[in-house]
Amino acid sequence: MWKFIIRRIGLAIVIVFLGSFIIYGVMRAMPTSFVEAMARQRAAASATTGGPTYQEWLEQLNSAYHMDTDVISGFFSWLGGVVQGDFGVSWKYGIPVTQKFEEVIWHSFILNIITLVLEIAICIPLGIQAARHQYSGFDYGITVFAMLCISLPTFFLATLLKYAFAVKLGWFDLYGFVGRYHEQLSSGQKILDIMHHMVLPVLTLAMLSIGGLTRYTRTNMLEVLNAEYIRTARAKGLPEKTVINRHAFRNTLIPLVSYLSYLIPSLFSGSMITETLYQIPGIGYIAYDAMVAGDLPFTMFYSMFGLILTQVSLMLADIMYAVVDPRVRVN
Amino acid sequence: MAKKDSNFISARESRRISKANAAITRKLDKKLNRKHVPESEYLTKMHDENNVVEFDDLHTYFYTDVGTVKAVDGVSFNVPVGKTVGVVGESGCGKSVTSLSLMQLLQRPTGQIVSGSIRLNLGDKAYDVAKMPIRAMEKIRGNVVSMIFQEPMTSLNPVFRIGFQLDEIIKLHNEGLSDEEVKKRSVDAIKMVGIPDAEGIYNRYPHELSGGMRQRIVIAMALVCNPRMIIADEPTTALDVTIQAQILELLRKLKGEINASIMLITHDLGVIAEMADYVVVMYAGRVVEKGLAREVFLDPRHPYTIGLMESKPVINKTVDRLYSIPGSVPNPVNMPDYCYFRDRCEKCVKNCQGAYPPEIHVSDTHIVSCWRYFDEQNRGEKHE
Repeated sequence: MWKFIIRRIGLAIVIVFLGSFIIYGVMRAMPTSFVEAMARQRAAASATTGGPTYQEWLEQLNSAYHMDTDVISGFFSWLGGVVQGDFGVSWKYGIPVTQKFEEVIWHSFILNIITLVLEIAICIPLGIQAARHQYSGFDYGITVFAMLCISLPTFFLATLLKYAFAVKLGWFDLYGFVGRYHEQLSSGQKILDIMHHMVLPVLTLAMLSIGGLTRYTRTNMLEVLNAEYIRTARAKGLPEKTVINRHAFRNTLIPLVSYLSYLIPSLFSGSMITETLYQIPGIGYIAYDAMVAGDLPFTMFYSMFGLILTQVSLMLADIMYAVVDPRVRVN
Repeated sequence: MAKKDSNFISARESRRISKANAAITRKLDKKLNRKHVPESEYLTKMHDENNVVEFDDLHTYFYTDVGTVKAVDGVSFNVPVGKTVGVVGESGCGKSVTSLSLMQLLQRPTGQIVSGSIRLNLGDKAYDVAKMPIRAMEKIRGNVVSMIFQEPMTSLNPVFRIGFQLDEIIKLHNEGLSDEEVKKRSVDAIKMVGIPDAEGIYNRYPHELSGGMRQRIVIAMALVCNPRMIIADEPTTALDVTIQAQILELLRKLKGEINASIMLITHDLGVIAEMADYVVVMYAGRVVEKGLAREVFLDPRHPYTIGLMESKPVINKTVDRLYSIPGSVPNPVNMPDYCYFRDRCEKCVKNCQGAYPPEIHVSDTHIVSCWRYFDEQNRGEKHE
């Protein structure tokens, strides 16, 4: 077991290293450059006073931001900082990247964790019921609903929801993470206020992801329900409820666990479109902004974080696999 | 022009059939899923108290999208107390469906018992399984009637320990037993089926056991509640020959110990000869011949039975080529109403062109459905 984990960690380190190198290379190759944009700005500002020209600014800023090196040495100098725990200062936001990350990540995390819990609570029972009544009206209804949810584009669904619930019914604010008078509320009311603003984004995200998990649960449940051991369980005289909840569900859990493990990184990666549409300052929104501006340290940190998280969740999936399925023994 | 194929079915036709099927199966399912059904509704009387199970004109149909498959179409036979009844026939002739009907384990909603009765003797009373709702059936399954399945590799749940799976059935049918007592009974059951180190096996997972061991566990599970009736659905098909012999020996020994009846389903005539007291030969959902094992083996009457006997290898007999019955089973949808075996039969007589043959008594216990013996019987009756 330990040998497996150590080998797995070793592999993860190699993947993270190579992955971050590729991202660094891509970032450097991007047509937008933070330094160039800044140089142009400063040159424009100092043109009237006869200050340094664009070219001079560019050279000066390039050396200040360590952009005058080639990709490989630039990557290693960045990596050197990272190994010492220094992720650098965000170029766009002017504060250490970890600090900026900390500021915004919780917005996304809260949004995504509520969505995930909701998703699991809805999809798994729905998928099981659909499988139990295969080809019934209920099953077809679920399938149509799931397909509808998968097919709707985020912006369209979000707009529809906003139109119906915010504009027409006026139950919720159109956007924002907190209400207008948030600062004047007591702490309990603050939480309620945030909750209130979360409803529409969560609904949007949940509806989008519901289809996949429901279908996945249904497919796996169907496969298990046709297995011989389910017939054995019924032949024992177990009530149908026990057959489904104990014998069938435990086996459906095996593929579900690995599926859910892959969702862990998505908890932290944010959801750019939804966050933009509802103007929630989450990580998806911020990271996109940073990337467009060519903010190298922030983008690198964000990508690294995602990479490491993906590796951890994959490892977790492997371990969880062994926990739920006795046939899997890692060696 | 597309060739007219008898198996072809248009989408509209299929839709119409499935709609009609849904109407029928929904009604039948509703009846089966009822709660609180008075016992009187399925209480019945055995025709002969010496039988554990009496199948009486059982019809089990599958309502598929291409039409109704009459998998079991008027099957009648009895399973006497403490005896082994062998059911033989080729694949798809309704052997397994007959046994699954007795357990009410048919694949629903397509599979349904349509008519007929299955009388089950509980000692002091008798139930008609065909009329029982699922909830009442749950008390019977595993307790009064238990089943040994064909595939030991897949019939145990892979995520639970052997002990848990055995404990579960004991707890279910014996309320009020303490955990230690339950465990003791499980371990005893493992010992009973001849597995050494029962305690160790108790904590194992199914995948850690060999096929033969797993089949023993399945047998232990079937016997642990001392059922009156054991259905063994091809219990040795998936095992290699040496293990087969051990498993059969075990079944025979245990049957004597708990005084249960066995309904042994197989297409291996050797197994039947070895184990069975009575033999039922099925063909295309019907019983074509039944009787004492001795009678059916020494004096097979139905051309199908004769064909089956000839198609098994015999020691000390040199043949160039093993016999095989020509042709194949008729399409289960739209069965003809003449003898189903007619098109494959080499011994047709004039009457075979007519309706399905009636049951003809060769002796008190030996019954065959074939026109060839019709005249013989009638002549016999005239002489008497």
